[in-house]
Amino acid sequence: MNQVLLACDGLSMRFGGLVALNALSLSVNEGEILGLIGPNGSGKTTFFNVITGIYQASAGRVDYRGQDLARLSAQEIYRAGVTRTFQRSRLCLPLSIFDNLMIGNHRRLNHGLWFNLMRRREFRRQFEQQYVQAQGLVRTFSQSLSERLFEPAASVNMIDRRRIEICRALISQPTLLLLDEPSAGMTHEETRELMDDILIVREHMPGLSIVIIEHEMNVIERITERCIVLNFGQKICEGPYAKIAADPQVQEAYLGTA
Amino acid sequence: MKRLIDPASAFPALISMAGVTLFTLLFLHAESQEAVLGLTLGAAIALLLLARFGWNARAAASFAGHSGAGNASVIIGVLVVVAVFYDQHFPLLMLASVLLYIVVCLGLNLQFGYAGVVNFAGAAFFGIGCYTAAVLTEHSALPHLLVVVAGGVMAAGIGSLLILPVLRTYGHYAALITIAFGILFRVFLEVNDALGGPQGMKLPGMEIFGWKLNDGLTFGDIEVSFYANYVLVALAMAAVAFMLVRRLERSWIGLNLDAVRLDETACAAFGIDVARWKITAFTLGNFLAGLAGAVYAMMTGFVAPNSFTFGDSLILVSIVILGGIGNPWGLTVATAIVLILPEKLQFIQEYRLLLYAGLVILILLFRPGGLMPRQVRNYFPGWKP
Repeated sequence: MNQVLLACDGLSMRFGGLVALNALSLSVNEGEILGLIGPNGSGKTTFFNVITGIYQASAGRVDYRGQDLARLSAQEIYRAGVTRTFQRSRLCLPLSIFDNLMIGNHRRLNHGLWFNLMRRREFRRQFEQQYVQAQGLVRTFSQSLSERLFEPAASVNMIDRRRIEICRALISQPTLLLLDEPSAGMTHEETRELMDDILIVREHMPGLSIVIIEHEMNVIERITERCIVLNFGQKICEGPYAKIAADPQVQEAYLGTA
Repeated sequence: MKRLIDPASAFPALISMAGVTLFTLLFLHAESQEAVLGLTLGAAIALLLLARFGWNARAAASFAGHSGAGNASVIIGVLVVVAVFYDQHFPLLMLASVLLYIVVCLGLNLQFGYAGVVNFAGAAFFGIGCYTAAVLTEHSALPHLLVVVAGGVMAAGIGSLLILPVLRTYGHYAALITIAFGILFRVFLEVNDALGGPQGMKLPGMEIFGWKLNDGLTFGDIEVSFYANYVLVALAMAAVAFMLVRRLERSWIGLNLDAVRLDETACAAFGIDVARWKITAFTLGNFLAGLAGAVYAMMTGFVAPNSFTFGDSLILVSIVILGGIGNPWGLTVATAIVLILPEKLQFIQEYRLLLYAGLVILILLFRPGGLMPRQVRNYFPGWKP
């Protein structure tokens, strides 16, 4: 059995009277791809927002490498190696593709005023190094995109924007990657391509754990090793895809009672 | 990654600068209202025609490829103007004012062009620099170079009082806070007798290491206007400020500032400290405004609350919008237009604010990027992967 990377225990998130996460307990193992599924409003994205510090949990803890993420700020969580993509694309569209990637690489860049303004030669070395790295990463996803790194992110199509967003989350070499519905707004063919790319990247980054929120069941079936089904902010089922697909409770959550 | 430079490709930039310098000379020289109006319209039509034939794009590409030669040609252009008008006070005073306002607008550009921190109190921070210089030259024997630095530090320091409310509010509310501060500052000056009240204060001329800037140089029977000295000082300040802002933009810090402006949630998710970068931009911007203010006050020899109204702050903001938010070259051109045009076209004077307001509305409607829209960040000009 794999080592547990992240374990949440009794995690709750309330917005006024609305309970988005209800004493949720689940764990993510090192190196696995975990699918997170459930009907709309079941708390999947809220779970990501709590883990990444965008929301402050109402109760419970999130153990991750000896730290409690529920008590850390978003910045500290990123520095601890947890990155994510967003359901609705959150790229800085007027900036170049390279700039967007570097936003994701924040923790590995030197932000000193003196370094940036006065040590231009050293800055240039760091810049060129980053460029090579960024280009290499993007090339795994798309050769043509990797040749356009200094064009505005606004100038590329939807699937390339997704790719940039995933690269932005990957470039700092995180330990845990959270993908929030990466297939949203894409065709089946595009989704398949994107998933292949993600699997390739994972081979290059052993030890990377991925949690993916997805509505496309064939994606979940193909790439995840284990799934967790949420409903009303609680875990209702857990196991490999074949098992959860057959579970009557899951079918009820998705299709309603007869 | 050595690149081969084709010297001929610098010609479009150099020819453009020569043209701009020549035009500036003619414009500053023109006396009659008809001549000034004719030159203004002529320049507008010429620019449109040149754009039509693709010259502007060529010149821009040439400037981008030869930033060293381009920057040098601008400095030489300013020096040529000084040489031609060496004995006339007024054009040189205008020139020095334009250069100092460029420094202020570079500061504003850092604040809301990059970090998205609106500041409608630009004139107030400029005024803090002016009054700091007035007080320090009257009550202390501090060397004037340090007085100038103190002006910047004071503006940045008083600006830090605003940081907390500015960080806690967004958009319109942050704008309101700076507006309130600007008005507060002016009222404070008017009722404060120690600072001269509505009459303001007088200042001595600037002195740097024994060089008295208010004494014009004389070569034989040629007498050079003392404002030429101030043009040189202002030019040096503007050039250094310009270079620093440029480098800042072309660095990870510039990227952080842009990210803070564009998406705070994404910033948080990638560890970018929104507050830290807003404070950095706000403080550096106010520092530049104060610095320029101190020199300006010593140049004009007089400060009064009336020079730091809300209207003046609005003009500063409109310069940055007009030039192209985030583009240092754009605001340089816009500062020259906005300051010099009304001085030469007297009938505009009374309608100055009306004209700017109209211009800003037109720009925002039809060309939101400004006269010279900002391009995608290029960390090292001429750098090719």
